[in-house]
Amino acid sequence: MPLPLVWLIKVVLIYGGLITVAAAMSLAERKVSAWIQWRVGPNRVGPWGLLQPVADGVKFIFKEELVPEGANQTLFRLAPILSAVPPMLAVAVIPFAGEVSIGGHVTTLSIADLDISTLYVVAIGGLGIYGVILGGWSSNSKYSLLGGLRASAQMVSYELSLLLSILVVVVLSGTLDLRQIVNDQAGPIFAWNIFALPVGPIAFLLFVIATFAETNRHPFDFAECEPELVGGFHTEYSSMKFALFFLGEYCAMTVMACLTTVFFLGGGNIPWWPDAPWLLELTCFLSKMGFFLFLFLWVRWTLPRFRFDQLMALGWKVMLPIAIANVFVTGALLSLGWFA
Amino acid sequence: MLTDYAPILILLGLVLAFAGGNVVFSELASTRRRGIDKGSSYECGMGSVGNARLRLSIHFYLVAVLFILFDVESLLLIPWASSARGFAAAGVGHVVFAEIAGFVAVLGVGLAYVWRKGGLEWDR
Repeated sequence: MPLPLVWLIKVVLIYGGLITVAAAMSLAERKVSAWIQWRVGPNRVGPWGLLQPVADGVKFIFKEELVPEGANQTLFRLAPILSAVPPMLAVAVIPFAGEVSIGGHVTTLSIADLDISTLYVVAIGGLGIYGVILGGWSSNSKYSLLGGLRASAQMVSYELSLLLSILVVVVLSGTLDLRQIVNDQAGPIFAWNIFALPVGPIAFLLFVIATFAETNRHPFDFAECEPELVGGFHTEYSSMKFALFFLGEYCAMTVMACLTTVFFLGGGNIPWWPDAPWLLELTCFLSKMGFFLFLFLWVRWTLPRFRFDQLMALGWKVMLPIAIANVFVTGALLSLGWFA
Repeated sequence: MLTDYAPILILLGLVLAFAGGNVVFSELASTRRRGIDKGSSYECGMGSVGNARLRLSIHFYLVAVLFILFDVESLLLIPWASSARGFAAAGVGHVVFAEIAGFVAVLGVGLAYVWRKGGLEWDR
């Protein structure tokens, strides 16, 4: 079997998996909300409501397309694509499990193994902001404009804390390669970066909070703050263009959950069992990822929404100084031989 | 190795085809009925007053500038971060850390300056 075919198989499997998880999240979002509020949730389409995402997809395709008057025609159509593509690309470097054998080739279970994969994820993930701000501006609606502006201000503010908490992990592992960061955390559970005292837990908390802000999720969902801005930057969107924004958001959540797992919880590593078979590693990875995906929903129905100035104050006045100090302390401890 | 990036190109093609295809396909497949005021912004309740191409609050501009500043500064930390272990192993960890500490201090002083000047106050 030629090598490009192996690549194609991996791309299709992982990308298909991502889309499936995103679709499942759209159901889980409603099911979990329902359980937390003592309701049943969607249960009409298929057994236990399992076919609901399919029904939604078909409905989205045939719904009427509306482009508001005065909207910028090109940008209005481009924005959903720009918003959905980056998170789907970022999944390329996530190391789901160790070595597998596909058609005679021994290969790793990630689309690409780059030596700068951390930079790749940050760079590609950061592009998602264009879709949000272009979608908000091109709709020619004030709700959309304000939603887009708020979302972009929030995303850039928390990207700093995100980057600085990743830096701590990079210092601890001494590499930018996600797969090596995972391998570095093999062995006992204390090898996980979250247990690299004293800086690991702080970096982990900063990272998780920043992922909530980056993906515009509760309690930071100012992009679509219903009581103030109706639907935020995608108020004017309908049909499949709206669905693409949603798909992009769920894909971004999935990628962020994967990254939290990789950076802080040892990726697919099973504690005290470094040479586990790849299927178990993959299961372990997916269950850690699933926990963080559930956390997104759990927090949504637990915490009230922030006010916008509180959000900016938290990002710039609390998280950024702590993140800078955290990097500083990590460097100091490393040069003193603490993490030897 | 550049061939490491080849699978990403395959993924890029697939993702663009999926996203672009969805937009095009739903444009073709969706129903279309014209109606009065259907294209007005928000389409519900009272018509919106004026144009949405407004002048923006200067705060957003300030946040963007600050972001670029701090983002570039923290990007400059990445080479150090990925090689800090190597320096520590080679026994020059202290020297390199002293240099990087100066750099992080500049980052901190910059933040303190912006804070003092009120650049971080959103409700002013």
